[in-house]
Amino acid sequence: MKNIIVNNRRDFLRTTMSGVIAGMLPVSLVRLSYGKEGGPDFTFAYISDSHIQQIKGNQFVRNWDRGLIRAVAEANLLEPKPDFVVFGGDLAQLGSKPELDHGAEMLSKLNYKTYMVMGEHDYYLDLGEYWSKLYGKHYYSWDHKGVHFVTLNSILTYDDWTFNRWESDERRMNEMAGLDNPNGSPFMVGAKQMEWLKKDLARVSKSTPIVVFSHSPLQKIYKGWNFWTEEADEIQALLKPFDKVNVIYGHVHQIQYNQIGNIAFTSVMSTAWPWPYPESYAQAESHLPILTVPMNRADPFNERDATGWQFMNMHTGRVDLEFNLYNNSNRTIAFNEAKGHPEDTSFPDPANRILAQQHF
Amino acid sequence: MKYLTLSTLILCLSSPALADEFSEEDTDRWMEQFELVASEGRRLWTSPEIGTNGVVCAQCHPNAANTHPETYPKFQKQLGRVAQLWEMINWCIRNPLEGKDLAADDPRMIAMQAYAYKERRGVELQPGKH
Ligand SMILES: [Fe+2]
Repeated sequence: MKNIIVNNRRDFLRTTMSGVIAGMLPVSLVRLSYGKEGGPDFTFAYISDSHIQQIKGNQFVRNWDRGLIRAVAEANLLEPKPDFVVFGGDLAQLGSKPELDHGAEMLSKLNYKTYMVMGEHDYYLDLGEYWSKLYGKHYYSWDHKGVHFVTLNSILTYDDWTFNRWESDERRMNEMAGLDNPNGSPFMVGAKQMEWLKKDLARVSKSTPIVVFSHSPLQKIYKGWNFWTEEADEIQALLKPFDKVNVIYGHVHQIQYNQIGNIAFTSVMSTAWPWPYPESYAQAESHLPILTVPMNRADPFNERDATGWQFMNMHTGRVDLEFNLYNNSNRTIAFNEAKGHPEDTSFPDPANRILAQQHF
Repeated sequence: MKYLTLSTLILCLSSPALADEFSEEDTDRWMEQFELVASEGRRLWTSPEIGTNGVVCAQCHPNAANTHPETYPKFQKQLGRVAQLWEMINWCIRNPLEGKDLAADDPRMIAMQAYAYKERRGVELQPGKH
């Protein structure tokens, strides 16, 4: 099976054995053929971390608005239509009603069913109360075309930090909103949700493909910026008995991917702004998965650089991600069956990396 | 006796004026001054007062990462010339923060640079590097 993707700035061509399909629209989604392996085959889109930020009244930061508006407009152009869209958390910057309402209004223009993930920026003002009014449960699961999907709320933290430390809700939100704030607190799912997850997974057969959506990585990369979930090891242990598990997470505003046993991890980009790789903070040790070919470094002169959204092809229990980047060559991270891990289809060999992928 | 007193007096008066005679107390005090300015820089780095739209430097540059102070001055193709770090900080103030330029010697600009350099301490100087 040959699948060549030629990435240019604005357009890309895919050549498959079945023929040549060229994208004429700004974005084009082509259902990739993966032979006769059978199993589920469908697509979904993933938009994350829009950080809609109120200035005052009905004024919002234009830059972040543009990122989300563009993702929604482009996702609506997908052909064939994705089965659904996931929004990966951090719809708002400071969790206020005006921010969540403004973000929700933009998201409501999506022509598809949308599943929502909770981010810390949505949560720590009112502990998810208004978000619940808009979107319902903070964690839940559903089945779709033979795949079991689980959405976790992974941005909870220790009760003492949440309930006893801050003199106001605004202060609590502000303290958690600073990525590098030493007054922050590590993310977790908490005992109650762990119990729920255990029960939820207990009724799923081990051969059913699992896809987990969380805001934070369910692996430990760098605690200082909460590229981290406290119970990562316990959650991975719960997922271990299943044949094929895929974890998709936001929060990091950069491309990361990893394989731990049967679990494939892939992050998604932010529509608002990129974050540095933790290794570029010289004063602390971090653990970016060695599999990861980093995103291209952001060009500070371009507002939409190193931002974008994703569409995903679900086939035979694995998720392939197409990073649709506004100002950079698109990237494809596809699951390589032979190697047993996700792989960048353009830069599989570290020797082929381009200069812009060197972060320091 | 009178002579001895005078010479002692001269010694006392002239001692602090010798350039090579500074103590650990002095260097501690100077470092303390630096730390004060760098921590004011950290405060500004995370404060909306630098811009007009509530966006702060740390939103994109946690721990001042990806600012690469060790690579300045360097050529910026968008400016068409070699530029200094403070000029790039001003670019960010004007654009993502929708604010107004700070002068190169504005104490706030000095403080923010002190913070960025402090977070990058120990990294080799590589002027011009991209
Ligand atoms: Fe985020």
